[in-house]
Amino acid sequence: MSTQRIQPAARHGEPLLAVRDLRVTFGRRGEEPFRAVDGVSFDVRPGQTVGLVGESGCGKSVTSLAIMGLLPTRGNTVEGSAVFDGEDLLSLSAPQMRDRRGADIAMIFQDPLSSLNPVIQIGRQVTEVMERHQGLSRKEAMPKAADLLERVGIPDPTARLANYPHQLSGGMRQRALIAMALACQPRLLIADEPTTALDVTIQAQILALLKELVVETGTAMVMITHDLGVVAGLCDEVNVLYGGKIVERGDRHTLFARPRHPYTVGLLNSIPRLDAPRGEALSPIPGSVADNLPWDSACAFAPRCPNALDVCVRQTPQWDGDDVVGLRCFNPMAVSR
Amino acid sequence: MLRFVVRRLLQMVGVLLVLSLLVFVWLRSLPGGPVSALLGERQTEARREALEQALGLDQPLPVQYVRFMQRALQGDFGVSTQVLPGEDALDIFLSRLPATLELSFFALVIAVALGIPLGYVAARRKGTALDTTTVIFSLVGVAVPVFFTAFLLKYFFAVEWNLLPVSGRQSIGLDATRVTGLFVLDGILTREWDAAWDALKHLVLPSLALATIPFAVVFRITRASVLDVLDEDYVRTAEAKGLTARVIRGRHVLRNAMLPVVTTVGLQVGALLSGAVLTETVFSWRGVGQALAEGFLQKDYPVLQVLIMAAAAIYVLVNLLVDITYALIDPRIRTR
Repeated sequence: MSTQRIQPAARHGEPLLAVRDLRVTFGRRGEEPFRAVDGVSFDVRPGQTVGLVGESGCGKSVTSLAIMGLLPTRGNTVEGSAVFDGEDLLSLSAPQMRDRRGADIAMIFQDPLSSLNPVIQIGRQVTEVMERHQGLSRKEAMPKAADLLERVGIPDPTARLANYPHQLSGGMRQRALIAMALACQPRLLIADEPTTALDVTIQAQILALLKELVVETGTAMVMITHDLGVVAGLCDEVNVLYGGKIVERGDRHTLFARPRHPYTVGLLNSIPRLDAPRGEALSPIPGSVADNLPWDSACAFAPRCPNALDVCVRQTPQWDGDDVVGLRCFNPMAVSR
Repeated sequence: MLRFVVRRLLQMVGVLLVLSLLVFVWLRSLPGGPVSALLGERQTEARREALEQALGLDQPLPVQYVRFMQRALQGDFGVSTQVLPGEDALDIFLSRLPATLELSFFALVIAVALGIPLGYVAARRKGTALDTTTVIFSLVGVAVPVFFTAFLLKYFFAVEWNLLPVSGRQSIGLDATRVTGLFVLDGILTREWDAAWDALKHLVLPSLALATIPFAVVFRITRASVLDVLDEDYVRTAEAKGLTARVIRGRHVLRNAMLPVVTTVGLQVGALLSGAVLTETVFSWRGVGQALAEGFLQKDYPVLQVLIMAAAAIYVLVNLLVDITYALIDPRIRTR
């Protein structure tokens, strides 16, 4: 693995991945089609870590699967574009996309146990991606796999190659998955809730590892999470999604210091804080994401919003901003929190 | 692994012991019995008693059972009373076994060779016409009784269209050398190609009839299992690695999907054994199933005892093999 250090890219460098107006619609027979992702646009620059944040059902995972071409072949339509290195991933053929996946763009998933094949040795699961994309034989790839396992902090890596997933701990499994994702030195890593299924202490280790690897290899990363703690520790830029649309974007510091969208504020207030006074209740966002969101004629968050105005239920709020910072709200919070 | 096998073999001894008692008592609780079957209309009280004494049937059941077990442990399962009077019951079984093995083997090969690929394809094309057609076909396969399928096949392919032989294992008058008793294999071993071909033609209809239920079951389990596995996260991981469709299918989907199928195939051996009774009768196939049917009709206790116990032993042994195979495929079983 290359160890050259790449400086975090300049803000306005050429994006590595430019997602434009991504729409994913699931057609369910006999039912109204459901738009899971509704015009999402964002950029990822080389070496940058971009967060996609939101609660369950906001479309963040679907966004990542659409970019990777991993949505089911039937029952959905994907529109828009996702230009990676000058090529629109969404218009590539299936074989062309197979050549990209695992080589240029890799992904790590939420549940490391179910994401590993239970009947195949860890070593084989690491080498198969190198065999596929780098033309190595399994024999040639094995020592490299051991190096990778060592690199992601798995002790006694050579012995672990022969282990099966059930013989590893949860944290080790996620490390192994990270090793598989990084095997071909991808330029973009998509991490879909990589710490959600892990213990808190392990979460911190995995995040530290990801952070270290990103800096060391210069890989850009899209971090998908519902956990603002993850965002705070890792992301350069944050996109907050609600109901399939990005409602707020900003760099990490600004977003945490001065959240503008009531939803972002709600997410921040939902985090339990150890330094909060005893007995102070958490303030969760009331309600849950509605199944079919009325973005066409209103703000989808309006029914749950403490700041809702009349206009919020009559008109769709437009994106006010650019690809670096922006907001979609009629009545944002005052600038000081 | 060795401990596992030894433990399972010991369990098998226990199973067979219990079964021997059940079969023994059960057979003797059936109405009729060998004495009346043997004597028929010439039955008198005196003759009856004399014969019962000669066969040892006048003793109390526990005594009869202990005697039976004492002999059985020495490999003596008694002598046939009706099916082939005077013939050693175990020899009858052993002489019939190759025919049934050959038939069951071909039926199983047909069931697996059709069921697994079709099940996979149906799962991949779930909801298409191909899927629906094969599902209906397999439902019919399970629902129609074996003897009916057997008669239909025989009527059309053998009688009406005269494409294949009506019954038996080889044409009468064909001079074939016997080596193993598996006629197709014998023909191949002795390079008597005409004999092998002839035996194979005789095999087609009976093995098709016998294969219907195992095929349907293997097909449906494969389809369901592949559908489950296709939804698994690790298949998505494999896709995310950009692996080729061939590698994903073989290494990631089929290997995992085969676990329940392997178990099912083992259990289908039971279906094959019971199906053989009907199929062999319809096609006059001189195998274990036919002997079992004859034994029942004529109340031949020694023959029935051997055949039922042997069938049970085969069933348990095959499922032991299945469990070993399972452990070979699934590492999670091995370390448990």
